Amino acid sequence: MTNQRGAIELAGLTKSYDGQTNVVQGVNLKIPNGAYCCFLGPSGCGKTTILRMIAGHEDPSDGEILIGGDNVVGLAPAERGTAMMFQSYALFPHLSVRDNIAFALRVRGQGKAERYRVADAMIEKVRLTELRDRLPGQLSGGQQQRVALARAAVTEPRVLLLDEPLSALDEQLRIQMRSELRRMQRELGVTFVHVTHSQLEAIALADMVVVMEKGRIKQAGPARDVYAAPRDRYVAEFLGGQNVFSGRVGAVEGDVIRLDSAELKSVIVPLGAAHVAAGDRIDVAVRRDDINLHRPGAPLAAGASSLASRVMGVEYQGNFVKVMLDAVAGDEFVVYVPERAFFEDPLSVGDVVMAAWAAERSRLLA
Amino acid sequence: MRLNKSVVSWLYILPLVLVLVPFFVAPMLVVLVASVFNTDGFGGLIPTFTLDNYIGVLTSGLTFKLYFETIRFTALVWVFTLILGFLVAYFLVFHVRNQLLAIGLFLLCTVPFWTSNIIRMISWIPLLGKEGLINSALLKLGLIHEPLTFLLYSSFAVVVAYVHQLTIFMVVPIFNSMARIDKRVVEAAVDAGASRLDVMRLIVIPLSKSGVALGSIFVVAIVMGDFFVTKVMSGGGSASVVGAFYEDIGVLQYPTAAASAVILTAMLMLSVALILRTVDIRREITQ
Repeated sequence: MTNQRGAIELAGLTKSYDGQTNVVQGVNLKIPNGAYCCFLGPSGCGKTTILRMIAGHEDPSDGEILIGGDNVVGLAPAERGTAMMFQSYALFPHLSVRDNIAFALRVRGQGKAERYRVADAMIEKVRLTELRDRLPGQLSGGQQQRVALARAAVTEPRVLLLDEPLSALDEQLRIQMRSELRRMQRELGVTFVHVTHSQLEAIALADMVVVMEKGRIKQAGPARDVYAAPRDRYVAEFLGGQNVFSGRVGAVEGDVIRLDSAELKSVIVPLGAAHVAAGDRIDVAVRRDDINLHRPGAPLAAGASSLASRVMGVEYQGNFVKVMLDAVAGDEFVVYVPERAFFEDPLSVGDVVMAAWAAERSRLLA
Repeated sequence: MRLNKSVVSWLYILPLVLVLVPFFVAPMLVVLVASVFNTDGFGGLIPTFTLDNYIGVLTSGLTFKLYFETIRFTALVWVFTLILGFLVAYFLVFHVRNQLLAIGLFLLCTVPFWTSNIIRMISWIPLLGKEGLINSALLKLGLIHEPLTFLLYSSFAVVVAYVHQLTIFMVVPIFNSMARIDKRVVEAAVDAGASRLDVMRLIVIPLSKSGVALGSIFVVAIVMGDFFVTKVMSGGGSASVVGAFYEDIGVLQYPTAAASAVILTAMLMLSVALILRTVDIRREITQ
């Protein structure tokens, strides 16, 4: 059981501030010990509230929070074995890097020599030894972030909670610090729960991505599952990389669906385990990098789905080219063409193309 | 037209110079000059250079008694205004969740200041007097059999009146520096396992230091530079440094009064300098 000390279980977790509207609505989730879990969602979706409830800075209105099998609701933050890293870090502005990191040990009654020994080891881990006597105001954003991480980790918590830890950094530093976070998580071997609104951050870091909307979990699972196999339109659109369009079922033929509209007549969608009937409205997703573009008249592979369209815009991205099409009315339709392939026969705005993909690559969304 | 850079900087500080020179520098110079003059004994000044006035003031045992008395009042008033001011500011910043309510309560603190100092001071007399409210209430309740005499015309009354007048000068700067403490910093301390006392001791007090310093400067400067409250509330029983040279002026001893004033100013500047050593006010204000 000792290796389960950092496992988190949320059961029916609910939070309401005014007694009427729930910010978090009956969330159930299991996070395995030692996992890197990212809560992903737009602002106001309740992800930070969940984090703060796990940390003990908010009390749930209903439901249970179990850490390592024990219900921690009602316990003080320090009694839970959790530590939180705050958005924009909330470092103690009047204390040196060393005293910031040693703070938790100080209030736990450790002597100066002992707490500095432990803090110095942690400072070494985050590579701040030269800066340990500086005040937070004299550090760069990335250095402050490392102080905040070290301050949270110094008590050897079983769960580390990170509230938008990278949002205060600029793009370059964000990517650098992202790998640093992952490295620290591997080194410390504790459960990380990380709240973010950036899907890039979530899928780059997490073993487990939890997508949230309006206080509910929309989908939870390994990053690749959530990205490649989104359950519904919301998740697909939030994670990006997918074209989502709606259509009416024309006919179900064995294990495939034919759509019933002029523009979508040559789109075939695998049925999977879903139950649909002719006339139902469905959402379909196709990954943007699964689509090929052909000039009109070029032969298509047998059984491929295709859409005739016009190029609306072309954006060079370096390793690929983003081509925007007007394939479906009302929905964005984008194709990622590999850079080399694109420049063998460059398209320009206004060109007519066929967007085609293997039928089994499209997904029926819930 | 392009102005020379240094001309531009002088233009920027011109308004301040126009206020400070006639109302601060010039009077100071007059006092300084008068302090080394002789007097003819009838209010006339004889231009000389003599240090006799200073020697007279500094060798008088009375001076030290007066300073002792004044510093004692200053210290007492400082302690009580600090405790009250800190608690009021702490309550407003950390315990009143509603910002609008906090500002409302803050304004409420200033209501007594809508009347003049003198009226506020005098209004203590019917409260603290021998037949005042407190004494008659205590007598009626049978808690005492004779009126408490220490309530009015005593050191106690002086301190009460000063604390009443000056607590707001502590509340405002401390409130200001506390309001700038990031609430997440406090939360981070709690997250690290800090108790209420730890948060107060390790976070709130160190981060309110500049407000405490500013408030202390106000309180110390006002109490040391005042004589009226001491005079009225002690019923003439306590003297003060300023009170003494006010009396010198009454008997036309201008040079002695000027010398005392210069010494007091120097003492005050020394206290302010000491207070400022503990915090970097400049950084605090420009942040």
